[in-house]
Amino acid sequence: MSDKEQKAAVDYSAFPDATGHFGQFGGRFVSETLIYALDELQEIYSNLKDDAEFQAEFDRDLAHYVGRPSPLYHAERMSRELGGAQIYYKREDLNHTGAHKVNNTIGQALLAKKTGKSRVIAETGAGQHGVATATVAARLGLKCQVYMGAEDVRRQALNVYRMKLLGAEVIPVTSGSKTLKDAMNEAMRDWATNVDDTFYIIGTVAGPHPYPLLVRDFQSIIGREARAQCLERTGRLPDALVACVGGGSNAIGLFHPFLSDDSVAMYGVEAGGDGVETGRHAAPLNDGIPGILHGNRTYLMEDENGQIIETHSVSAGLDYPGVGPEHSWLKDLGRVKYVPINDQEALSAFRNTTKVEGIMPALESSHALAYAEKLAPTMDKDQIIIVNLSGRGDKDILTVAEIDGITV
Amino acid sequence: MSRISQQFETLKAKGRKALVVYIVNGDPSPAATLPTMHKMVEAGADIIELGVPFSDPMAEGPVIQKGHERALASGTSLRGTLDLVAEFRKTNNTTPVILMGYANPVVRMGYQQFAERALEVGVDGLLTVDLPPEELGDLKTQLAERDIDNIFLLAPTTAPERARLLASNASGFLYYVSLKGVTGAGHLDVDAVKAKLDQFGELTSLPMCVGFGIKDAETATNVARLADGVVIGSVLVDAMGKHVGQPPEQIAAAVGAIISDIRRGLDTL
Ligand SMILES: Cc1ncc(COP(=O)(O)O)c(C=O)c1O
Repeated sequence: MSDKEQKAAVDYSAFPDATGHFGQFGGRFVSETLIYALDELQEIYSNLKDDAEFQAEFDRDLAHYVGRPSPLYHAERMSRELGGAQIYYKREDLNHTGAHKVNNTIGQALLAKKTGKSRVIAETGAGQHGVATATVAARLGLKCQVYMGAEDVRRQALNVYRMKLLGAEVIPVTSGSKTLKDAMNEAMRDWATNVDDTFYIIGTVAGPHPYPLLVRDFQSIIGREARAQCLERTGRLPDALVACVGGGSNAIGLFHPFLSDDSVAMYGVEAGGDGVETGRHAAPLNDGIPGILHGNRTYLMEDENGQIIETHSVSAGLDYPGVGPEHSWLKDLGRVKYVPINDQEALSAFRNTTKVEGIMPALESSHALAYAEKLAPTMDKDQIIIVNLSGRGDKDILTVAEIDGITV
Repeated sequence: MSRISQQFETLKAKGRKALVVYIVNGDPSPAATLPTMHKMVEAGADIIELGVPFSDPMAEGPVIQKGHERALASGTSLRGTLDLVAEFRKTNNTTPVILMGYANPVVRMGYQQFAERALEVGVDGLLTVDLPPEELGDLKTQLAERDIDNIFLLAPTTAPERARLLASNASGFLYYVSLKGVTGAGHLDVDAVKAKLDQFGELTSLPMCVGFGIKDAETATNVARLADGVVIGSVLVDAMGKHVGQPPEQIAAAVGAIISDIRRGLDTL
């Protein structure tokens, strides 16, 4: 069987399987206390997944609260300057709260409402997911507490204040490396303790089953829209998709509706930090090994003793040693290619996109934009690349200014 | 018969409750652990759970998290922990030793390699907090082939159907987590524990030990009345934290004193 036939043979919609596995990846590696909560969540979700009323409510919120559909914008000037493929941006930066994260928090908040739980918790790195969670909690009148690594609280002061204004309590996490992974540990501990009245809104396609499934489903609106918009505008499918991968939710959201379209190439862009060869990065799919963390089996950054190691990225939202299990599976299947972009390249794309297109992207999204800058010139002018512009860069202005040695 | 099952039979014959003790290997220093293990046995501990430190101990409260951090800072690993058990066995061939920790270090070492070495050094059981029966894979056979017991946690949220599944995968004993939450939390409700234990008792003949949230001799005694044994962890790790930088014998003595006190309580039953 040729490579291509093998790919076509996979029914992507059949994964995860009933036990939450994508091949050897995914699953449910949690302490016994949480099994019941995951069973409950799985049951609620499987009942609502195909419920017309639930879907209608979700779609209504996405349209009138988030502002969907988000535009598919033809970056003509950038395409011209690069001199290759036509680049389109899927404008998730134009969503309410400024990133794709809100698609998921809207969905999970609706689930929380169905469970009748009065309190939501979340983990956050850059603060985008925390803000998106605090936002939906404010709207539904739910008590909200957000765990955030003490290091990230310092780096992302603006988002911390946004969450506070929205009525959420931000709890700095001082254990371990004081970043996103530790915030997730602490959220899991909270959930195990307060499982009766608390709904845990996970911010990406990681965690134990059914989270990777339901977050993917909520984020797939990105790819469904992009597919329809591309067909309508150009009469054809794109040749390539590019998205950054932290936990992997914006990437899987864009990719998933295209997985069975064999002609569409896909690139997941990981944070290369100082360069993959330096070991100082956050690119487990490029330089990691399968292991178990945060409730699932996936590629991880760890040492020879199986201890999770510290990650490095200019972008707080990509600074995570693991990745959603579906990406690990897609990597091993060869369906998606995962590539690194280092800090300098991402910063350069941040500046280019701002100057050439008048769009200031998030540093996370800048990783995808940087890869598109490399990819486009290798393709023909009549080919199409869709880049997921997962969020806007307002939150990163202070970081960029600091790098430039400027105090704002 | 495994050393663990043997121990429960011996205790039963004597009418004694099992005192299971937990410390983290390498906490607060590599030199402290071995003398502390021997001291704990001397003070009346029946089974030792040796914590294998992990960078992301998701089920632990702040006290044991700090123990893991101290142990990692002192260079402790799973392989080193197995070596330590070999040392312990040179002078103690009867007290069961269980390794307790998280899946990833075991995954990294390899299930077969781990099980081979565990057998070789005299490890009697494994308790992996984040490996439920559904996700055991090959580890189940690797352990079973070598008579190494697989210890599972039962929680207040565990339904009877699931308790049956856990019991059918477990050997040695079952460990009931007495509260919803992480290790070291402080809201143990003895009546609630009793209700749950009565329910589980009908589903399995394995010995049942209760842990999480047991901080003193009085609580230990009240809980032990309902079960086959109790597990004491956070108070011991807390004592470790208070003796950072002190000589191993002093640390061992401090931990030993706590255990003697609890033992006296249990022996009134
Ligand atoms: C704008 C933006 N893009 C991407 C990410 C990375 O997350 P994921 O890989 O789940 O999309 C984040 C996370 O904070 C983000 O804020």
